[in-house]
Amino acid sequence: MSARPAQAVETRPRRPTGATKPWRQRAKGLALPLAILVTLESLVRLGWIPAYQMPAPSEVAHTLIELADGALWSHIAASLSRVLAGFVIGASLGLLFAAGVGLSREAEAWLEPTFASLRAIPSLAWVPLLLLWLGIGETSKVTLIALGAFFPVYLNGVAAIRNIDRRLVEVGHMYGFGPLRLARRILLPAALPGVFTGLRSALSLSWMFLVAAELIAATRGLGYLLSDDRETSRPDLVLAAILVLALLGKLSDGLLAALETRWLAWRDTFDGQGPGA
Amino acid sequence: MTALHTSDIPSLTPVLDLQVQRKLFGDSPVLGPLELRLQAGEIVSLLGPSGCGKSTLLRLVAGLDTAFTGTLRQRAAQVGFVFQEPRLMPWLSVADNIGFSNGRRFDRQRVTQLIADVGLAGFADALPKALSGGMAQRVAIARGLYERPSLLLLDEPFSAVDAFTRFALQDLLLDLARRRRIALLVVTHDIDEALYLSDRVLVIGNRPGTVRRELSVPLAYPRDRRDARLADLRGQALEALQAAHVI
Repeated sequence: MSARPAQAVETRPRRPTGATKPWRQRAKGLALPLAILVTLESLVRLGWIPAYQMPAPSEVAHTLIELADGALWSHIAASLSRVLAGFVIGASLGLLFAAGVGLSREAEAWLEPTFASLRAIPSLAWVPLLLLWLGIGETSKVTLIALGAFFPVYLNGVAAIRNIDRRLVEVGHMYGFGPLRLARRILLPAALPGVFTGLRSALSLSWMFLVAAELIAATRGLGYLLSDDRETSRPDLVLAAILVLALLGKLSDGLLAALETRWLAWRDTFDGQGPGA
Repeated sequence: MTALHTSDIPSLTPVLDLQVQRKLFGDSPVLGPLELRLQAGEIVSLLGPSGCGKSTLLRLVAGLDTAFTGTLRQRAAQVGFVFQEPRLMPWLSVADNIGFSNGRRFDRQRVTQLIADVGLAGFADALPKALSGGMAQRVAIARGLYERPSLLLLDEPFSAVDAFTRFALQDLLLDLARRRRIALLVVTHDIDEALYLSDRVLVIGNRPGTVRRELSVPLAYPRDRRDARLADLRGQALEALQAAHVI
């Protein structure tokens, strides 16, 4: 009896993933927001809620269209460039330090205690100092956003590296990989899922810190629009600004999520579908 | 049927010649003293219970563990390793995993040949998550063979697959190793597997792990699992294990 290499008997067909009817899944998600909008509209129209406190959704939409004709785009451009600069700086530094601390016990001994104590400070507490040191210009805003983006990336990065399956690393040792090759071929790809988790929470924090920075001191940007309109008693403008912020946050996160799906398609993870679904 | 053994062919340099005086885990000795010599193309099994130090011995041979007293007098330049679990990189395709040691510039022709050899034609671009346990272990064997080793180390390679898959994989391994004259050093706790695969079976005793008995299996390949002589040798192996207070 000789071996017959051309037999692949142990095949296991995989159930195709993804919902059977994606449009139905999406319709489910839209139901609640639509219901809320319709209810609000009718309550305001019926006069049960005063319009100067809670404008009707149709009025907010109208304001938004008006804004889009004028200053909205320059506010968006200002905010977007701040978030982008802060996020890129903060996330890059976070990745750099995470790689250093994650890959080297020596770096961990030197740096980790400092980062651990800095992390304990709520980032908004830095605002007065940042204003004092860096003034009310762009630098202090971008620095604050970078601070917010740094820690999620750093923390998740270190955890991701330290959670790598030791047995995969041993394969690299077996091939005599040096530290650089080991990092590039095994450690970084294996840490990628955790890194993405960090990047996505860093991005959402970046938007949060943007609003904080612009509420405090700005003459342009969506956060400025919020505070200015509150002072001029225009709830419709405030809501319009919130809507734009939500949209931008969702879009930027969607971008990262798309990258994640593309680069991490190899993960063998639970997708929320039970065997009978 | 005359049994012709590769071990009978005089060879100038063995593919492995290791002498272990002692190997400690903390203060307790887990291995040694023992000697291990493999000739080119020879198939040797290390048989013993879990915890007897046979996997540790394999790690010493692989160079994954260098903290021991003894000397590695000789070892083939190219040594492959097949672990108990497939240990494939989940982000790489089957082909990329097989050529892993060369990165992106791996030898495509060789990888295609190896994929065909282990019976996975058509799965070159599949990701590990789409493979069954047996298929993944086939990929691991192909990866172990990629660098043309003259010695392949296997650490309980088939203990995680079902009996039928195990038979198929054992035959596949024997076929590949004998065609290329690759020496195999197989760690196993399965008596039948040890006897079916090997020219020699070394029974390893417990704490510290030493060679308690050496059984030679003078049967030609390919072998028949129903061979009465295998059953006879099985009895001897059981006796040896009992004498060594292993069972």
